[in-house]
Amino acid sequence: MSTVTLEEIYEDFEDLSDWEARCDYLIDLGFELPDFPVEEKTEENRVHGCQSMVWLTAELNKEQQPPVMAIQADSDAMIVKGLIGVILAIYSNRPPEEVIKTDVEEIFAKLGLTRHLSPARRNGLFGMVKRIRQLAIEQLSEES
Amino acid sequence: MAPTMATEWNINQVRSDFPILSQKLENGQQVVFLDSAASAQKPTIVLDKEREVYSQYYANAYRGVYEFGAKVDEELETSRETVREFLNANSTNEIVFTSGTTMSLNVVAQAWGRKFLKEGDEVLLNEMEHHANIVPWQMIAQETGAKLRYLPLTEDGQLDLGRLPEFLNERTKVLSVTAMSNMLGTINPLEVLSKAAKTVGAKFVVDAAQYVPHGPIDVQALDIDFLAFSGHKIFGSTGVGILYGRENLLEEMPPLLGGGHMISEVHLDHSTWAGLPAKFEAGTIPIAQAISLGKAINYVNDLGWENLQRHEQELSAYAWEQLQTVPGIKIYGPGLKERGAIFSFTMEGAHPEDIAQLLNRKGVFVRHGHHCTMPLHNVLNITASVRASFAMYNTREEVDALIAALHFTRERLRLNR
Repeated sequence: MSTVTLEEIYEDFEDLSDWEARCDYLIDLGFELPDFPVEEKTEENRVHGCQSMVWLTAELNKEQQPPVMAIQADSDAMIVKGLIGVILAIYSNRPPEEVIKTDVEEIFAKLGLTRHLSPARRNGLFGMVKRIRQLAIEQLSEES
Repeated sequence: MAPTMATEWNINQVRSDFPILSQKLENGQQVVFLDSAASAQKPTIVLDKEREVYSQYYANAYRGVYEFGAKVDEELETSRETVREFLNANSTNEIVFTSGTTMSLNVVAQAWGRKFLKEGDEVLLNEMEHHANIVPWQMIAQETGAKLRYLPLTEDGQLDLGRLPEFLNERTKVLSVTAMSNMLGTINPLEVLSKAAKTVGAKFVVDAAQYVPHGPIDVQALDIDFLAFSGHKIFGSTGVGILYGRENLLEEMPPLLGGGHMISEVHLDHSTWAGLPAKFEAGTIPIAQAISLGKAINYVNDLGWENLQRHEQELSAYAWEQLQTVPGIKIYGPGLKERGAIFSFTMEGAHPEDIAQLLNRKGVFVRHGHHCTMPLHNVLNITASVRASFAMYNTREEVDALIAALHFTRERLRLNR
């Protein structure tokens, strides 16, 4: 599991003055992404709205108390993999309630990601967010 | 052909005619614009013309007898005449201003097709067409019961002419083809295709969107029935395009859109149509854009098409040679002889989207994706590619910048390790 936290990304981004450096950072983050099982790269797990391929799975890890979302994702494009790294830092290992409450737009804006990503790419990004939130909502409704 | 007396190609002069090409990015980087196949940049003469229209005599077209109105009409007809000459059409009645290639092809499919296609008829397309020359035919085929057929491509991305007899027969009512592939760069043999179409009595439709900035097309010499192109790809403005249609064909077609200017008489229960080309110009046409399109064509005419083609051929040869030196590159389409200055490629281990984004970091602007040719990408068994497309204003130095940026991309994506 990727160990970088959102706080660390904030700190690192602060040191990186321009978009170029941040883009490099994202690529490096992409290289550190944990392996995604090939058998999970199914149509069902595909996130649409991305120009590149994105696969994502999320389930509840009940070994933790309270239970948290265990998220895995992968893409065939490196910069998207980097963005997945950010998404995981935001959402992975968080309880579903927190996932639903998180204001991701604010985080993206703070990281300067909104400005530098094309609308198509942003759609892809929000496609992932939507899928994660949806899975979190499903988890909560199953519990109740 | 003997060399003309036209002046030598002065690339610096040409570039200085396009203000945007000297733009620098925030970080001081020079922009290397290699996406002219999507939309070309505009010379000052076009920009000035639009400003002239709006600031000196703008009025709606074909409606007012007052001075501005008359001036606009005169300018529009001058532009129409320039387009007629460019295509060597018989008459300006055959030159219809539309909103672009897509609209033009939809008019042919919807207006001509709805009247003349019926069940059992065939429309022959091919695997390299972009969506604008596929989808309108699909729509009308569904309505009329006509069948679409696709001529396959050879391994190197050319039309497989050897298989034409299998696909062309007395049921073929339309053969529609692009003059130049927007992905493969393939320049198609219009003469051969036209003759083939005519032997079975099919209409010959040419999508010239991609070809027109690289050379004129003679609709009479090539016996073309319909031809479509867009202003913005030939250094004109967006929002305007041309439909050329043989006069007798346009005459016997119903109009597609009803409204102002396309009518002769309107009664409460019926209307009659205006003559050509007004019949197909319902509503207010893109006035300033249609006027400045003439200026764009004048601009390239004045530079000299032979000069332009020589420059582009040299540039293509250099790009072709240099691109091959980049490890992992696969360029799609035919060899230099059969192609224009469009290079679509993939690089092993790198996603086209990453390549395009990393090239952008070096100020090199290229397109990535399926380039509105999803069927072609399926045939090639890829989901996306990177496309570097060149226009007459591009230089060898820009090819070098592209190559350097590709090496940078390989480095960044750790492909050299």
